[in-house]
Amino acid sequence: MTAEQPQARADRSAVLDGEPVLVATGLEKSFFGVTVLRGVGLTLHPGEVHGLVGENGAGKSTFMKILAGVYERDAGSITLGGSEVAFTHPVQAAHAGLATVFQEFNLLPERTVAQNVFLGREPKRHGLVDRKAMLAETRALLADLGIDTIEADAPVRTLTVAEQQIVEIVKALSVDARVIQMDEPTAALADHEVELLYTIVRRLSERGVAIVYVSHRLKEIFDLCDTITVLKDGALVSSGPAAELDTDELVRRMVGRPISAYFPAAEADTVVGEPRLELRGVGNAYVDGVDLDLRAGEIVGIAGLQGSGRTELVEALFGIAPFTRGELRLDGRPVHMTSARQAVKAGIALITEDRKAQGLALNQSIGDNALLVIRSVFARRTGQARRELPGVLSSLEVSSRGIDQEVQYLSGGNQQKVVLAKWLATKPKVVLLDEPTRGIDVGAKVAVYTLMRRLAKEGVAILMISSELPEVIGMSDRIVVMHDGRASAELPARSDEATILSAATGTLRVGGAKVVGTADAPGPDPVSDASNEEAGR
Amino acid sequence: MSAATATSVRRGRRRRLDSSLIVGIALVGVIIIGAILVASVGRNFFSAGNIRDILTGMSVLGFVAIGQTLVILCASLDLSVPYVISLSSLIAADLMAGNPANIPIAVLAVLVVSALIGLANGLIVTKLKVNGFIATLGTGLIIKGYLDTNYKGTSGEVPWEFQLIGATGIGPVPVSTLIMLVVALAGAFFLARTRTGNHMFAVGGDEQVARLSGIRTARPVIIAHVLCSITAALAGLLLASRLGVGSPTVGVQGGYDLLSIAAVVLGGTLLMGGRGSIWGTIGGVAIFAVVDNVMSVMQVNPFLKDVVRGVVIVAAVAVYTSRSLDRRRPRFGTGAAEPDRPDDRSAPPPAAAREKEASA
Repeated sequence: MTAEQPQARADRSAVLDGEPVLVATGLEKSFFGVTVLRGVGLTLHPGEVHGLVGENGAGKSTFMKILAGVYERDAGSITLGGSEVAFTHPVQAAHAGLATVFQEFNLLPERTVAQNVFLGREPKRHGLVDRKAMLAETRALLADLGIDTIEADAPVRTLTVAEQQIVEIVKALSVDARVIQMDEPTAALADHEVELLYTIVRRLSERGVAIVYVSHRLKEIFDLCDTITVLKDGALVSSGPAAELDTDELVRRMVGRPISAYFPAAEADTVVGEPRLELRGVGNAYVDGVDLDLRAGEIVGIAGLQGSGRTELVEALFGIAPFTRGELRLDGRPVHMTSARQAVKAGIALITEDRKAQGLALNQSIGDNALLVIRSVFARRTGQARRELPGVLSSLEVSSRGIDQEVQYLSGGNQQKVVLAKWLATKPKVVLLDEPTRGIDVGAKVAVYTLMRRLAKEGVAILMISSELPEVIGMSDRIVVMHDGRASAELPARSDEATILSAATGTLRVGGAKVVGTADAPGPDPVSDASNEEAGR
Repeated sequence: MSAATATSVRRGRRRRLDSSLIVGIALVGVIIIGAILVASVGRNFFSAGNIRDILTGMSVLGFVAIGQTLVILCASLDLSVPYVISLSSLIAADLMAGNPANIPIAVLAVLVVSALIGLANGLIVTKLKVNGFIATLGTGLIIKGYLDTNYKGTSGEVPWEFQLIGATGIGPVPVSTLIMLVVALAGAFFLARTRTGNHMFAVGGDEQVARLSGIRTARPVIIAHVLCSITAALAGLLLASRLGVGSPTVGVQGGYDLLSIAAVVLGGTLLMGGRGSIWGTIGGVAIFAVVDNVMSVMQVNPFLKDVVRGVVIVAAVAVYTSRSLDRRRPRFGTGAAEPDRPDDRSAPPPAAAREKEASA
């Protein structure tokens, strides 16, 4: 891919010479007196893939939502196909040829693919819904994209996340969109599913559909986009051909500092001590034969594809789906974790992957959330925890209107900090973090990293699952890679992404940091594996 | 966590059995058990008379449950149905006043009044944003107050011609049950083939998604409430036909509010809305009718009847819930020893099938 990319881009520069399909200039928006967008615009040509990047809070979503008709602009102009437009509803925009695939899926799981694609615009014949036409058109749209794995009459709940994403795109296409906006289309996709989306984006581009592509994964931006617009703090930083940028420069424009500055170094006099957790051949229905030591003061990263058993491993450690075989020792004593309550009492904390569904009671206050575990498991320590809470929250730099504010109104980063505060209150000895920085902005990420280092210094043992390889590499003292429910490799700190990926895809088998037997495993195809790698932040 | 139940897998994916099919299987099971129990006391479950009893028992609840299905699909509820039933029986009997010539006008009046009540329910739920449970509890109490104030007992007179509807049958099939099944057919067709019907699933499944797809989200909910009140009114007309008079308590005595909701849920419709079917509901109604029939034939203590009904409802919903939980497919056995665990870690990873599984 690397070889043909500059060529492809050179060919594609012609795309940018034609008549633009969409021109947005000087868009402004403020909410309750807070300006979130000032003078932002972009120009979009037919067939152009236009990357829109910026940190969380930079204004990307607001910009997209103004184009889509979700918000009304305060100032500025949008012309679509040469005429000025002002949409007041996403459906109106879609009918005018500007469709948006929002980050949250807008699909009904119980309805079929065809019913979802034509939701709200079901074709009629003799006054009745024409189901045959609906199915036929959906099949045609899927075939157009070269998708033959999705059945038009299958309920959406039976599809994988990647397939659901495709249904969203088909929905956008079914209105004959000339412009499609995609908000983080790969956010919920596993690495190997991303390739399918690439194919679709390229196919759409060939057909002259212009695409606004929002993603946090910079590798995708460089792989796909002809032009890149960078936003920061609601203002336009730059907008120009992707070929003129590289990752470092792009990150610098987005945040004003290089990538390496994200990951704080281990704090001075952090001591790696005795093993806190020892796993010996543990397994249950989802994981098997895992050997792992987690020592006090140590941060161990767990890498692996989605579905490789990473989450299941920490859930088993936390007693949610207990191990049924093997031996687990905590501080040298054999334990059998059979409930979360037992795990909490034993000094284990689990920061779950899905913050909103599993980490927080969204319509309760910061205070109630932060004291939840203490109240239910260590009721006698509630008073003390309550007194310490303001200090904990301010040390985490939670920005809020006070501890009585409902957590649903906090940003993702602040919500995550509340989750962390909840577990810090239990004074854990072992902290399990499952995708601790998913969907939070850079500032909050750094706060999470700093906290991890601080806990390590205090002798807490930390196990961190992450899909972002730079994060795994930047933070881990050791890296355990999971594949197919087993720990396929244990790698030293600062291992490179290619090694981690080949272990994650099952093409490298390593034990105790040394390769013990790749003979039986057929040789990997490093090129295709590397294409899945994520050079995000 | 126990191992997931055996399921048919298509391209590495789990597929749930269609819920109407499960209701059908449950119904067959209940009929078989019922037939055996009835036979054990020396009676024939499948006699024409007994079949007629069961089908008759289905018709009133069937009407109510059809409308309730639509409302529940929209993620609302209708608790006002028993009062609409009583009111309808009274309006019908009063207006007919024993004169067959008044039948059309009486039926029309009943339908109009019930439609207006449904409209009020729908508007309160969608425009005032009052939860359906509370909204219809309120309108139900209002109607109850009106009934209690104005009626001390039965009232009006239903002419013989109208009483025939509740009394005649074709073979073992009562006319009332046939009408109910025609209404069910119409309801199923409405859900499958009209936009409004389709949009009921959408609004009940996820109102936000429906709105972002350009659906006017109030409309399906209002229509569902109107139709629900109308089917309750049909039930009221049928009861008037059977009793020969209107009664202010007939709806409440039948417990049609909770029983209809139970039948809908028993039929596999999600109480949160968005998934379900009319035929599932009819299956649920049939299960209740068979269970009731068997208990009557066996002369079971009436209090025990309610216990059995309660057990059936709870058990059915527990079964659905356990099935609809999205369990991850186990990758390894749960036993203490894992036979295929390689001691030699250099063994090749177990086949591509597992990788597919992992990505599903």
